[in-house]
Amino acid sequence: MREVAVIGVGCTKFGEKWESSFRNLFVEAGALALEDANLSGQKIDEIFVGNMSAGRFVEQEHIGALIADYAGLATENIPATRVEAACASGGLAFRQAYTAVASGMSDIVVAAGVEKMTDVDTEVTTDVLAAAADREWEGIAGITFPGLYAMIATQYMHKYGLTREQLAQVAVKNHENGALNPNAQFQKPITLETVMKSTLVADPLRLFDCSPVTDGASAVILAPLERAREFTDTPIKVLGCGQASSSIALHDRKDICTLDATVAAGNKAFQMAKVERKDIGFVEVHDCFTIAEICAIEDLGFCKKGEAGKLTEEGYTALGGKLPINPSGGLKACGHPVGATGVKQVYETVKQLRGDAGKRQLDADIGMTHNVGGTGATVVCHIFGRA
Amino acid sequence: MSVARFWRKQQNRYNLIGTHCETCGRYFYPPRPFCPDCRRDGKIVEHKFKGTGKVITYSIIRSAGDQFKFLTPYPLAIIELDEGTRLTSHVICDIDKIQIGMRVRPVFRKLAEEGSSGAIFYGTKFVPA
Repeated sequence: MREVAVIGVGCTKFGEKWESSFRNLFVEAGALALEDANLSGQKIDEIFVGNMSAGRFVEQEHIGALIADYAGLATENIPATRVEAACASGGLAFRQAYTAVASGMSDIVVAAGVEKMTDVDTEVTTDVLAAAADREWEGIAGITFPGLYAMIATQYMHKYGLTREQLAQVAVKNHENGALNPNAQFQKPITLETVMKSTLVADPLRLFDCSPVTDGASAVILAPLERAREFTDTPIKVLGCGQASSSIALHDRKDICTLDATVAAGNKAFQMAKVERKDIGFVEVHDCFTIAEICAIEDLGFCKKGEAGKLTEEGYTALGGKLPINPSGGLKACGHPVGATGVKQVYETVKQLRGDAGKRQLDADIGMTHNVGGTGATVVCHIFGRA
Repeated sequence: MSVARFWRKQQNRYNLIGTHCETCGRYFYPPRPFCPDCRRDGKIVEHKFKGTGKVITYSIIRSAGDQFKFLTPYPLAIIELDEGTRLTSHVICDIDKIQIGMRVRPVFRKLAEEGSSGAIFYGTKFVPA
């Protein structure tokens, strides 16, 4: 296998972008990534795009070709493939791009992610997202995604004594980071009281425990490490890559509070990268709900089960803490355009490692991403370092 | 959901019919056609569940999609049947009453309907035992 580097990154601002269409979003992100890599579109060998549900959000399938076409590349006949794994679609698109370059099949490969979620009513969005769970046996019971993660939270609080305040602190911390991120949907700090007094969505989760509905796109460009310096002075190397699956339904997990696919994908990524937990400078984790960040910190092996709430409360995961989690603001503050999130995590990690992260800049050599589909039926992790 | 898609699972949903692996003894509801422990060595047969069990975890759903909006707020739970398998269901009770470990029994109820002229789907839900 060849070593692989990220040579260019681009991301739209995330938010309720009523003025932007599905295709405008990915064209904007793609153009930014190409500009960043100082690359012309004709040099692209292959495109992978993560997208969960354009079919239901904007009634458009056949996304791979559409992207290549509207990127102005129809006459180049570039292979373009859509990748779908619910909210992990973006992370999986990146993994496909990585394996395409590592295998020697393609040289210059784009990994993109896009979701346009605000062209339908909120109730439709809720239903579309519910399709990431088991439609036949969870969907028919009246589940919602906040509801499923709320059931993890109920069990977790019962088992480990996690407090409501500790859970709220995850949102407070991520909004604090998001306030420093010009691409974030929410750029305002919030107080513990804001979270605790927000409306109940699915007990014990409140509105401010949940990531919002968001439009956005992100794109990154990969190349063989040996060619990376043709395009950039600051290539960021992919050190490790791990993907895992688990049961589609939450009720089939051995332990409701453990995302076993996170454990497996994390371990694979660490083994491949040959780095230890203590070497990781920061992690972009999949905090679709506050409880998801608590579980992620533990399931990735950064502390024992039951300890992440206390660590969060003590500031261990804050920007100035020992292990900053979600310096971008995470899904909570940046927003969560489901197909784009996994690629945005890579965007943020590359920005941090290049020293390009502005006011939220950390002093770190190695960063990690963690992208989850559904309640943990798909998880993909990547570890990055400077080349 | 089309009528055929629901009809296919009607016996399962109406009568709590799942499956059982005779090789290892595990029970499955929702039914599985393939035992994850024994794989090709498994011998899967139908099994009618008693339906009694307990609440493993729960939430109160206050904001739902179109089909379930009319029920809000409603308790949703993961239930472990006495045979050891787990499923997700609406538990029909006061939202303040549900708790972890609560014993439940099955009841036949309307699950959902598709608008004012579409199909109405029935199946098993749970109430406190």
